[in-house]
Amino acid sequence: MSKVYNNRAWWLILPMLLLVAFSAIIPLMTVVNYSVQDVFDANTRFFTGTEWFKEMLNDPALQAAVLRQFAFSLTVLAIEVPLGIGIALIMPRKGWQASIVLILVTMPLLIPWNVVGSIWQIFTRGDIGLMGWSLRELGYGYNITASPVDAWITIILMDVWHWTPLIALLCYSSLRSIPDAYYQAARIDRASNWSVFYYIQLPKLTNVLVIGVLLRFMHSFMIYAEPFVLTGGGPGSSTTFLSQSLTTMAIGQQDLGPSAAFSLIYFLIILLVTWVFYTAIMNMQKDDIKAEA
Amino acid sequence: MEWMVWTTPTLVFFLVIAAILAGMTAWEVISPTVERKGFLLISTTRGDRLFIGLLSAAYIHLVVVGFTPLTIWVALGASVLWALILMRWG
Repeated sequence: MSKVYNNRAWWLILPMLLLVAFSAIIPLMTVVNYSVQDVFDANTRFFTGTEWFKEMLNDPALQAAVLRQFAFSLTVLAIEVPLGIGIALIMPRKGWQASIVLILVTMPLLIPWNVVGSIWQIFTRGDIGLMGWSLRELGYGYNITASPVDAWITIILMDVWHWTPLIALLCYSSLRSIPDAYYQAARIDRASNWSVFYYIQLPKLTNVLVIGVLLRFMHSFMIYAEPFVLTGGGPGSSTTFLSQSLTTMAIGQQDLGPSAAFSLIYFLIILLVTWVFYTAIMNMQKDDIKAEA
Repeated sequence: MEWMVWTTPTLVFFLVIAAILAGMTAWEVISPTVERKGFLLISTTRGDRLFIGLLSAAYIHLVVVGFTPLTIWVALGASVLWALILMRWG
């Protein structure tokens, strides 16, 4: 048997490749290029080699920001994923209730980041904000500009409010695709609610949860506008995450070399985490398929 | 291209990456890769192992540059050695 493989269609992606090279690949190469130099202008520049990387890796403020970032991302994931699944499970499946709940759940996703930050900024103010005022009236000295704990809890609440609907919607759509026959069979077997969840619903959810967790991790790891508007990274630097540190360095101080080195480190962290996560899940699924076969 | 302030080291870096990718493509055309399991305990293709090699090379360089007094050439040597081991037995 000799099958002819004609791969000439690959040439059709050439225009797209050129566009991506212009808009993404070459800019990324430029970042690498800047990270080994101290550039003042096109004529005044010094080759610094690995100096910026050494400086960035040993900067206590940045190390703290990395830890803070991981703490934030893992916390919101640990809250949003179970909560999203829970919401998806109790959302009504049909009728007018389903439409109304769907709209209500989707609402936060439609609000731009800066606006979410502003909403929560006003919401949490002690003098005019509903939540800030109520908490103070109840006797708790709530103040996100003075207490790091208050600021943290508020930022996490804000992120949960903004992004749990994404997980809930993904899970909801995937739950809707389970045929009724599965539930009927479970009822005949007198399966408990927990068994129905664990053996029927959860396996169906795995695929969307992989996407959901990946999206949420990357999003939360790159979070910028919301904390910037809400707390400005304060009090002190207790809510300064990686993006904000980077922006301060690159735009505020115009330190292009160090911020390029820092960007690459940031990029490598995200690359590693997403790769590990993706590979782990994909291999789990492969093993499942083999076990079933 | 003077305004983009390219330097010789970055140029060499990207030429090597491009050469590796071109080499891998040629190798794939001559003898297509077979997925297999090595000491990594996950099934990988040749390209997967190259990716793991490059990613770990980046981390090896960061650790050596950031936290040891060694020169960057030690990191390069270690990365190449590790990548070869990975490509052969990974």
